[in-house]
Order: sequence, then C-alpha cells, then structure tokens
Amino acid sequence: MSIKNIFGIAGTAMNAQTIRMNTTASNLANAGTIAGSEEDAFRAKRSVFKALVDQQDLNRGFEHLGGVKVAEIVDDQAPVRKIYDPTNPASDAEGYMYASNVSEVTEMVEMIAASRSYQNNVEVVTTARQLMLKTLDLTKV
Amino acid sequence: MKLIESPFGIHEKALAVRNQRMQVIASNIANADTPHFKARDVDFKKVLGGMGPSPMAATNARHFEVGETESSEPLVYRVPFNAAADGNTVEMGVEQAKYGEAASDFQTTLSFLEGRISGIRKALRGE
Repeated sequence: MSIKNIFGIAGTAMNAQTIRMNTTASNLANAGTIAGSEEDAFRAKRSVFKALVDQQDLNRGFEHLGGVKVAEIVDDQAPVRKIYDPTNPASDAEGYMYASNVSEVTEMVEMIAASRSYQNNVEVVTTARQLMLKTLDLTKV
Repeated sequence: MKLIESPFGIHEKALAVRNQRMQVIASNIANADTPHFKARDVDFKKVLGGMGPSPMAATNARHFEVGETESSEPLVYRVPFNAAADGNTVEMGVEQAKYGEAASDFQTTLSFLEGRISGIRKALRGE
C-alpha cells in the first residue's frame, strides 16, 4: 500500500486504453475490406475490460490490485454488408461480395472515448506524482 | 501532544488512509470503461475508527449483537446518479471531483505533518 500503486493502477488503465485504441485503428484500417463469403468478412473488434480484483489476477503476474486489463477481444455482432458487384474479382458465384461491418462513426466515437479515458489516467498520475514529491519534501521542512 | 511517543499524532495514520482513498479512486477511474464494475470509496470514519459508539457488550452466548454490527470493511460502494447500461457505476465527473478532493485532503495532512516537523526541529534547535 503505497502511492506507487496509484501509478501502477493508472498504468494498467493506460495500457488497456492503448489496446482499445489499437483495435479501433485496426477497425478503421479494415473498414473498406471486402471478402468473397460472409464468414470471411471482417468484423469490427471490441476489447472487453475486466477489473483486477481477484487474487487470481495477482497470481497471474498482474501486480496492481484495482487496475484493469483487457479480458478478451470480441467480434462486433452487427451484420456484415452484402454488396452486389459481379465485376469485382472478389465477389462470389452469385455476384455478391461482403464488406466489413465497421461503422466509421462508431469507431471515431470509440477512439475519442479511449483518448479521453487515457487523459484521465494521465491526470491521475500527474496529481499522484506531485503529492509524492511533496511528501519527499517533508524531509526539507 | 505526546512529542516523544507519537510526534505526528493522528496525521501519520491519516496520511496512509488519504493515500488509500486516492488509490481506490484511481482504481475507479482506471475501470471507467469496465462492464459491471462498481465504483468504491473509502469510508474515512470507519478506517480511522473508534470514534463511533461501541457495540453493546454481550455477557451471554445467547445475547444478540446490538449496536454497530455492520462490517468494519472500510470500502463502500458508491451510489451512482445514473448507472450505465453495462452495470458500470463509475461517473467520471464525480470521480474526478473526488480525486481532486482526496488530493487536497492529502496535501492538508501533509501540511499538518510539515507543521509538526518544523515544530520539533525548532524545539531541538532551541530557537
């Protein structure tokens, strides 16, 4: 129990938000991909967060109780778009191709949310750092 | 003030509690996007303890416990103004305000400690 743990907790959060931003970047990059079948179509990835509250999490090498981790990355269940374009080489025998289910608007919102959450945690670290330095200054009073 | 036994008085313990509170709120902020996460806070009174009424003495095994029987667990759940649909009760504005409050509380305790230290130092120097 020390002020260091605050840095650790905020660190795990910044890490998780970075992963979330990475998935968003990947989703945006793949927004325009097309596939020849419905199964192969790209589906937007979503990171699911989980709080580090159990002793089990600590045993797995996570040091900071109260932090957060990315538990899993799941596919967005929204239906993929089916586009009729027989001229496209990727289209199937019936002339359909399957675009990703990425919604650019959703991804932009997700990105801003991740960025704001990241900033919040940076603010936590800044405050904790100032207080730590002030505590160290007690020796100079 | 018992200068020799406990030169810092209650502030020494208070600083640890302030630190714990900041840690809990930092954990809330870290889990702002975690589904089903419930925001928590430190009950300052419970931690420093001993201030409230003590439970009634039970002189027989068949006596019920009367008085403050709730657990002494210092962490309490925050009641949200509007719970999110995913079961998360962290409200960023509230947490930011509480973190600021906790930080200034920490500084207050620090300045009390500063006062004590400079007092002791003055006494030692004989100024």
